[in-house]
Amino acid sequence: MDALIDIRDVKLTYETKGGRLPVLDGVDMRVPEGGFVAVVGPSGCGKSTLTRLIAGLLEPNAGEVWLHGERVTGPKSSVGMAFQNPVLLEWRSVLRNVTLPLELVAPRMPKREKDERARQLLALVGLEGFEDKRPSELSGGMRQRASLCRSLVHKPEVLILDEPFGALDAFTREDLWQTMQKVKSEEPFTGVMITHDLRESIFLADEVIVMSGRPAVTQYTMEIPWKGERDLDRLYTPEAIEMLGELRHQIQIAQGRSPREAGV
Amino acid sequence: MNWRIFAPLIALVVFCLLWEALVWVNDWPNYKMASPSDLGPAFWKFRWLFLEYGWDTLWRTVAGLLLSVFVGLLLGMIMGLNRTMRDALYPLLVGFNAIPKATVVPIIALLFVGAHDMNTILIAFLISFFPIAVSVSIGLSTLEPEYRDILASLGASRFTIFWKIALPKTLPEFFGSLKVAVTLAFIGTNLMEIVEPHGRGLGHLFDSGKISADYPLMFAVLIALAALGILLYYVVVVLERTFAGWAERSPT
Repeated sequence: MDALIDIRDVKLTYETKGGRLPVLDGVDMRVPEGGFVAVVGPSGCGKSTLTRLIAGLLEPNAGEVWLHGERVTGPKSSVGMAFQNPVLLEWRSVLRNVTLPLELVAPRMPKREKDERARQLLALVGLEGFEDKRPSELSGGMRQRASLCRSLVHKPEVLILDEPFGALDAFTREDLWQTMQKVKSEEPFTGVMITHDLRESIFLADEVIVMSGRPAVTQYTMEIPWKGERDLDRLYTPEAIEMLGELRHQIQIAQGRSPREAGV
Repeated sequence: MNWRIFAPLIALVVFCLLWEALVWVNDWPNYKMASPSDLGPAFWKFRWLFLEYGWDTLWRTVAGLLLSVFVGLLLGMIMGLNRTMRDALYPLLVGFNAIPKATVVPIIALLFVGAHDMNTILIAFLISFFPIAVSVSIGLSTLEPEYRDILASLGASRFTIFWKIALPKTLPEFFGSLKVAVTLAFIGTNLMEIVEPHGRGLGHLFDSGKISADYPLMFAVLIALAALGILLYYVVVVLERTFAGWAERSPT
């Protein structure tokens, strides 16, 4: 078993006031060490639920989630998370926001080392000189960069990104894609990224998984034939356009599976 | 020249002039309405009582307020972190808050006859803990799940999440409610001081003025109360700047 993240036939049903709401109905996913998988699918199909399962914040009703050969039964410090909302703590400086996970994961680490590590990451994403600023002084893109640093500061094995660039404008988003590639080559991790942006998915990931409408199953998997760092121009090649076309087609099928969701 | 200091001072002077003019134009006797120029002699005549009773009123109010902060935070935490407790306690709290505190004053006064300090502090507390409890509970219960997840995904305990995220994030709401509570606590203190016989404090001085038909004294007490209220309010503002100054955005 060489997959670092191994999700086997996972099922999950939420118990709500209105009754049972099946969200995941047999999701399979395998990510090798150092791999980067993008998950796309119709709105509300349970993509975020999937990330919470990997992070150990939720337990599946059936099926298993394994990380590095260990069954996930609760949260682990070897996971880092970043969300669409950067959720920076406004009362802390940018530097103190980034060191937050270290306070929990490595409470004994000397402060100087924590700061050193945070500064190194901030420099990597282009936030050098902003360490002592308040989050409210940063732009949306910068906040997201800081949030990315926070999710990586404790050197997690697994990085979970839940639509990290979803709220940014198109140009800022492309900047962050390139930052993300740089980060990936300097700070190795195994990643799962939820996204609604198909171009983002093929630009960053090695593999794109299409989830069906709710209750979700793994509907389609696409290997991205590109290796290593990519150039934005790649997205405008016939090869890319063909991949995007196929993914679009699969999403349409996914929306069709659950007619209530199709119009959304 | 610093306009942040001068502007309120000028406003105060203009207010006093208008007040003086109002009394003068209507030719009101001072038993109808005392004018600012009557206040000076009244303050001077009772200067030691003002100092002594002013101190009584101040420390009782602060003590009541501290009790409010403690109980309000506790109730707010219980209701903010636990859905069932919130459902259970909210109607009780709202009902209690709806009772006019003037009606509670005689009950308390009869319950602990003669314990002036305790009775006064108790009313100041009873009237002022509600906004603190409500705003803290709202602050805690509306915490976005992502805030919890950034620490929960690292295996943090509920207490750690509360201490590092939920509590500091609620501070702006807490201080907002504390500003309301300060004024309420003052009202509570004086309600009790006015009603209790043989009491102390500015409320009692007001009552003495009423009994001896010393109208300038009554107005002087009101002004002294206003001054104390402003003082305490700004103490809270300074605390807010110190502990929750991050919530204030510089205009850009």
